[in-house]
Amino acid sequence: MFWTNFKRISRTGFMNFWRNGTVSLASVFMMIVTLLVIGFIIFGSAILNTSLNALRQKVDITVTFIPTASEGDITNIKRSLENLPEVSLVTYTSRSQALEDFKKRHENDQSILTALNELNENPLGASLDVKAKDPSQYQSIAQFLEGNNALSASGVTIIDHVNYYQNKVAIDKLTGIIRSADKLGLAIAIAFILLSILIAFNTIRLTIYIAREEISVMRLVGASTAYIQGPFVTVGIIYGLVATVLALILFLPITYWIGNVTQDFFIGMNLFSYYLHNFLQIAAILLGSGIIIGAISSFWAIRRYLKV
Amino acid sequence: MIFFDRVSKVYPDGSVALQNVTLTIEPKEFVSIVGQSGAGKTTLLKMLLAEEIPTDGQVFFESSDVHDLGKNEMNELRRKIGMVFQDYRLISGKTVYENIAFTMEAAGKTDEEIEQDVPHVLELVDLSSKIWNFPKELSGGEKQRVAIARALVNQPDVLVADEPTGNLDPVNTYDIVQILKRINDIGTTVILTTHNKGIIDSLGKRVIVMEKGKIIRDDKQGKYFI
Repeated sequence: MFWTNFKRISRTGFMNFWRNGTVSLASVFMMIVTLLVIGFIIFGSAILNTSLNALRQKVDITVTFIPTASEGDITNIKRSLENLPEVSLVTYTSRSQALEDFKKRHENDQSILTALNELNENPLGASLDVKAKDPSQYQSIAQFLEGNNALSASGVTIIDHVNYYQNKVAIDKLTGIIRSADKLGLAIAIAFILLSILIAFNTIRLTIYIAREEISVMRLVGASTAYIQGPFVTVGIIYGLVATVLALILFLPITYWIGNVTQDFFIGMNLFSYYLHNFLQIAAILLGSGIIIGAISSFWAIRRYLKV
Repeated sequence: MIFFDRVSKVYPDGSVALQNVTLTIEPKEFVSIVGQSGAGKTTLLKMLLAEEIPTDGQVFFESSDVHDLGKNEMNELRRKIGMVFQDYRLISGKTVYENIAFTMEAAGKTDEEIEQDVPHVLELVDLSSKIWNFPKELSGGEKQRVAIARALVNQPDVLVADEPTGNLDPVNTYDIVQILKRINDIGTTVILTTHNKGIIDSLGKRVIVMEKGKIIRDDKQGKYFI
């Protein structure tokens, strides 16, 4: 009996979807809007994450050593920095490399190069570029360097300066922006998703309101709740399925068009290639959302008319 | 078979639909209920199907209090009572065949039974030619015949017809009454509410007269009298 009922409910659901063409079209259209909103939120968060990661990559602190510091002492500090859980990468720049970089940077400034030549020896110290896993962790790294950890074997500090304090304001500001962007993004996403689900729910509720008389007749001829609800829930699922397919197709030209703009604007991220690379995950999210919204909306909307 | 035991219905706004109604209907009876609009005829029928809950009193079908039934038992009860309404209440998105088949599907009948019984019951109401039409393609009389076929297809113990001829012309009215009589002749209890004097007088069956929510007459072989 279960399979017979399942077959009958599915067949009726498909038939109702097909026969109520205009109503189905309106519901699918509203569902597409909902799924587009969800899709844009996925893209928006991807853009935000990529941009923030790129910004995070650009932040680091540089520890410059005094010219007399030995390479062994510097290597020791490098090793202890690498052992810190907050640190993701430490890059060593030797004195000669620092000189070369300096010359390259000022190759058009003849007076500086002449002054440098007159010194006879390399005035620049070696340095370590430290990248933290999170911008908020630079403070503790800087504190670590200020402590006894940066002393040479003879007990004298070999660090000339740490540029964290020069960059502190910028780093703090960036940390704040990243945190607020994460929170705000989430709040906006939840608000938009709720709003669009509400619109889809109301559209489906309206289609069921139209059928309320028929639902009460079904009740009066002795049909069970599941047997009445089934076809409506099936139609809701079909709305979700059709809307997902259409939304996925619509995203192709949309992301292609926006892709070029985002590539210039958001640190090299192309939305179109992001969409293609993550197509299966996005399709699964939209399909799941569409089916769940469709089924649950129908399920809830019909309940009040079943009280006969 | 059906017993209304001192049933009253008062709506929250204070209006009284039924007042202390006691009534027994025996198996195979043909009972007509007459009365002006608002006399309580439809409310009485709704009580039997548990569409309305009484403020006071009980309604029994066979030995069960219909307002004490669980969901499944309620569905079972409703399958034993075929219902015909003045406004037909067909499902507009389904064909004539599907409208009738739905009732059988709801009762758990097999596809074979449905394929066999639907054309048969449509023959009984003389509507075989419209089997694949939608309700909007039918006349009022044809719609009411579909409604009767739907009510009959599960071979109910009782057929309840709430002003089934209210929207029909005299010819269609006559046809519908003849169908109801045939149904009663084969052993189904029929409860009919109507305003039509001609129908009541021609039937020569039991007539119950209602006024302001009360039964004021109950004649075994009555005439239309208000």
